[in-house]
Amino acid sequence: MSNPIEQFQVHPIVPLELGGVNISFTNSALMMVATVAVTTVFLTLSVRKRALVPGRWQSLAELIYEFIAGMLRENVGQEGRPYFPFIFSLFMFVLIGNLLGLLPGSFTFTSHIIVTFVMASVVFVGVTVIGFARHGLHFLRMFFPNGAPLATAVILVPIEVISYLSRPLSLGVRLFANMTAGHIILTILGGFVAMLGVFGIFPLAFLTGVMVLEFGIAMLQAYVFTVLSCIYLHDAIHMH
Amino acid sequence: MPQFDPTLFAPQVFWLIVSFVTLYVLMATLALPRIGAILDERQRRIDDDLDRAQRLKAEAEVAVATFERAMTDSRAEAAGIVKERADEATSRSEQRGREEMARLTDRVHAAEAEILGAKKTAMAEIRTLTVDLAAVAIERLIGGAAGASRGDIEAAVEAAFLECGR
Repeated sequence: MSNPIEQFQVHPIVPLELGGVNISFTNSALMMVATVAVTTVFLTLSVRKRALVPGRWQSLAELIYEFIAGMLRENVGQEGRPYFPFIFSLFMFVLIGNLLGLLPGSFTFTSHIIVTFVMASVVFVGVTVIGFARHGLHFLRMFFPNGAPLATAVILVPIEVISYLSRPLSLGVRLFANMTAGHIILTILGGFVAMLGVFGIFPLAFLTGVMVLEFGIAMLQAYVFTVLSCIYLHDAIHMH
Repeated sequence: MPQFDPTLFAPQVFWLIVSFVTLYVLMATLALPRIGAILDERQRRIDDDLDRAQRLKAEAEVAVATFERAMTDSRAEAAGIVKERADEATSRSEQRGREEMARLTDRVHAAEAEILGAKKTAMAEIRTLTVDLAAVAIERLIGGAAGASRGDIEAAVEAAFLECGR
C-alpha cells in the first residue's frame, strides 16, 4: 500500500537559489504555473469569438464571471468593484488548483498550509489596510459593537480582536485541511482497491462516490474561500 | 507531513507570489475586460431591442387606432351612401310610377273619348241608315214618297229612338 502522505511531497524540478533563499521550481510551482496557464487559456480562448449568443465554453466563462461579480455585488456592494479582478483571480486560482490536483498523479498546492495561509494572509492584510485607509482609527470601532455598555469592553474587545486575528488562520486551515483530508482518503481507498483483488470492487464503488464528492469539495472550498474574502472585504468597507 | 517542513516554505511562497501576480495581471488586463465587454454589449443589445420593440408596439397601436377610426368612418359613410341611394331609388320609382299612372290615365281618357266619338258616329250612321231604310221601305210599300218628306221621316225615327230609351 502506497504511503498516503507521499503525494504531498514537494520535490524540485529546477533547483534555484536567490540571495541564499531556496526558490527552486518544484512540482508545486509547476502546478501553480499550470493553473495560471489553464485559467488564462480557458478565459481567453472561450471568448475569442465574442459571440452575441455564447457557445458552451463562452457560456461557462460568462457564468463564472457573473457568479463572482454577483457574489462581490451582494456581499460588498458597489464599492467592491475595484477588487473584482483580485477576488476573481483568487477564486480561479483556488478552483483550478483544486481541480487540477484531482487529476491522477498531479500535485495539489492548496493542500499545503503555507500556500493557503499566505493567500489568507494577503486577504487579511489587504482588508485591514483597506479598513484603516477608509475609516482611519475609527476602524478600531469594529472591535467594540455599537450600543454595548462600556463596561463590557473588557470582555468584548479581546474576543473581537482574537476572532479578527484568527480569520487568516481559519481561512487558510479550512482549505488546507479539506484538500489534505480528501486526498488522503482517496489514496487510502485506492490502496484498499489494490489490496482486495476481486473484492476491491466494493472500495472502488465507494472510491467513485468519494471522487465525485471531492470534485464537489474542490469547487465548494474555492467558493467558501472567495465568499469569506468578500465578507471580510465588506466588513472593512462598511464596518458591519 | 511535508506540509509542515519549513524548508519547503520559501520556494512555494516565491512561486505562489509569482504565479498569482501573473494571474492577477492577466485577469485584470486581458480576460476580465473582454468578458465584461461582451456582457455589456449583450446587455446593450437587449436594451436596444426592448426599446425598439416598445416603440414598434406603440406605433402599431397608433396604426390600429387609425385603422379602426378609418374603418368606422368609412362604415358610416357607406351606410350614408346606401341610404341616400335607397332614398333616391325610392323617390325615382315613385316618380316613375306617378308618371306612368298619368300616362295611362291620359290613354284611358283618350280611348274613352275615341270610343265616345266612334259611338256618336255609329249612332249618327245608324240614324241615317234607319231614315234611308224607312224612306226606301215607304217607297216600296206605298210607291212614291206618299207625301212624307225626308224631314218627317227623320222626326219619326228620332221619336222611335227616344221611345226605345235612346
